[in-house]
Amino acid sequence: MRDRILLLLLLLAAIALPWLAEAAGSPATTGLATRMAIYAIAAASLNLVLGYGGLVSFGHAAYFGLGGYAVGILYAHWRSGEAFLGLIPGSISLPVTLGAAMLAGGVSAAILGALSLRTRGVQFIMITLAFAQMLFFLFVSLKAYGGDEGLSIRRRGEFPGLDLRDAAQLYWLCLGILVLWLGLLRRVAHSRFGQVLAGARQSERRMAALGVAVYPYRLVAFILSGMGAALAGALMVNALRFVSPDMMHWSKSGELMIMVILGGLGTALGPVLGAVALVGLEYGLSGLTEHWQFILGPILLLVVMFARGGLMSLVRRLLPA
Amino acid sequence: MALLLEQCLNGVQLGVMLFLLAAGLTLVFGIMGVINLAHGSLYMIGAFAAAWVAARTGSSILALLAGLAAAAAAGMAMEYVVLRRLYARGHLDQVLATFGLILFFNQGMTLLFGRQPLFVDIPPWLGGAVEIIPGVPYPAYRLAIIAMGGLVAFGLWFLIQRTRTGMLVRAGATHRDMVRALGVDIRLLYTLVFGLGALLAGLAGVMAGPIFSVQVGMGEQILIQTFVVIVIGGIGSVRGAMAGALVVGLTDTLARAYLPAALRGVMQGPDADALAAGLASMGVYFLMAVVLLARPRGLFPAHA
Repeated sequence: MRDRILLLLLLLAAIALPWLAEAAGSPATTGLATRMAIYAIAAASLNLVLGYGGLVSFGHAAYFGLGGYAVGILYAHWRSGEAFLGLIPGSISLPVTLGAAMLAGGVSAAILGALSLRTRGVQFIMITLAFAQMLFFLFVSLKAYGGDEGLSIRRRGEFPGLDLRDAAQLYWLCLGILVLWLGLLRRVAHSRFGQVLAGARQSERRMAALGVAVYPYRLVAFILSGMGAALAGALMVNALRFVSPDMMHWSKSGELMIMVILGGLGTALGPVLGAVALVGLEYGLSGLTEHWQFILGPILLLVVMFARGGLMSLVRRLLPA
Repeated sequence: MALLLEQCLNGVQLGVMLFLLAAGLTLVFGIMGVINLAHGSLYMIGAFAAAWVAARTGSSILALLAGLAAAAAAGMAMEYVVLRRLYARGHLDQVLATFGLILFFNQGMTLLFGRQPLFVDIPPWLGGAVEIIPGVPYPAYRLAIIAMGGLVAFGLWFLIQRTRTGMLVRAGATHRDMVRALGVDIRLLYTLVFGLGALLAGLAGVMAGPIFSVQVGMGEQILIQTFVVIVIGGIGSVRGAMAGALVVGLTDTLARAYLPAALRGVMQGPDADALAAGLASMGVYFLMAVVLLARPRGLFPAHA
């Protein structure tokens, strides 16, 4: 009960944030919070395979970037009036582009996941990384969509009833999608499907003895997670109005993993905390020095070596259930 | 024909560089069970140290020694301070901690040397070209790299298959706990293996200097290709690393050499070149997918 009230209060504070930022005289905070909410969607999606499934995917930036490019490519075709591959007309309607992004993320996660899940352990880490790198190079070489310089998007998507040029409305939209997505992931994690996934993490052999083939469960989790990452990428491109292969860079995959670990592996709200903390930390440190990674690297090292369970375990210690 | 031969040699030369990195990485993984993303940083450190000393003294021998020493020292320090605490942890923790190390080393090198790439001259006594078959000159420096790779491969084979230390390394890779139980100082063995891996990475970095530009981020670029090599070859197997490195080196080089011409036949020049470069970069990953489909544990699985 107390936890629910706390969550509700947190949500109310998050909703009120644009007004508070306006009142405090720093409207840029809304943009920062938008980025946090978007990364939280991506990190929560990664958490499904990484935390619940125990599958260390080092390539989720690929789906993040694919979602972004879905928006960018549809925008480019909307502008030029030519259909994509001669079939699909361009669009800037947000429901359409977000759907397209999730489709692209899901289909590619299905293909790459089906191949990657044939391997275990370190091979899985390396192969997911390598596939992400493959997509990165593909988009670097696609000169039609900006190559390594990326694509600028002059107009944000249109969502019925909202004016997304307004930073606060974009933020509320992202926040709303985050809450819906977290709710969905929570249901998934607590369903029979989620139990099988967690069981496979603990012991694949035991699941096999129980007569459950884990491969299809893992694949579905991987696809769902790829769709979530693509959704986040699509929102990010709308927020930044820019897409480039940098979204698929391997270090982005690393950052997403760090958000999950920093917040708390396999917890419902951990990835959100991790995304807020990491984006906030990067923002704060880059304000201090240009060489902020020089400080961030050792911080990560310390977190991994000494702070097991992440921020969520800290919260649990302060607020015992 | 001459072009094909030249490109094949280029492929073997890239394969040698990849082998030097992959051998260290695969040994470290095989023996200690640690996946070390910062292995590429050791390569970068070796390259920077050698470039800096070469620019100061003009001596390529001193540069080589400096590069090796810097990489080995950085590797030992890395093992002692960080990795030693991670042996018992899961792969996830190892990946994240060494990712933190990459950020630290990359930014540290930027602080020390700036963002401008450094260029290194080929040592004068390796400056010329050798006619491999009449009418086909090939740079002596690249031949020297290939020769060095052969030498290292032979040395590793001898060390691992024919010496007592090598026997412990092999035993440690397959029955780690048993070796420990028999009273072998496993920590010393770990440090030695890690130092050897760092040395090989440093050697690759020193040799890479005159061919590629020495810059921050060079380590990760080659590290990810090294992963492909290891996955293709089979994790933990030096023989697999050799085979994988040659396959990857040749595929990458030949695709880069022949794809643009092939694509120019069907589309316009600049677009074809860009797409060909992209497809060539993707080639090795595609190859890896095919190998994994046929043999999920790689060509030469170590713990079969």
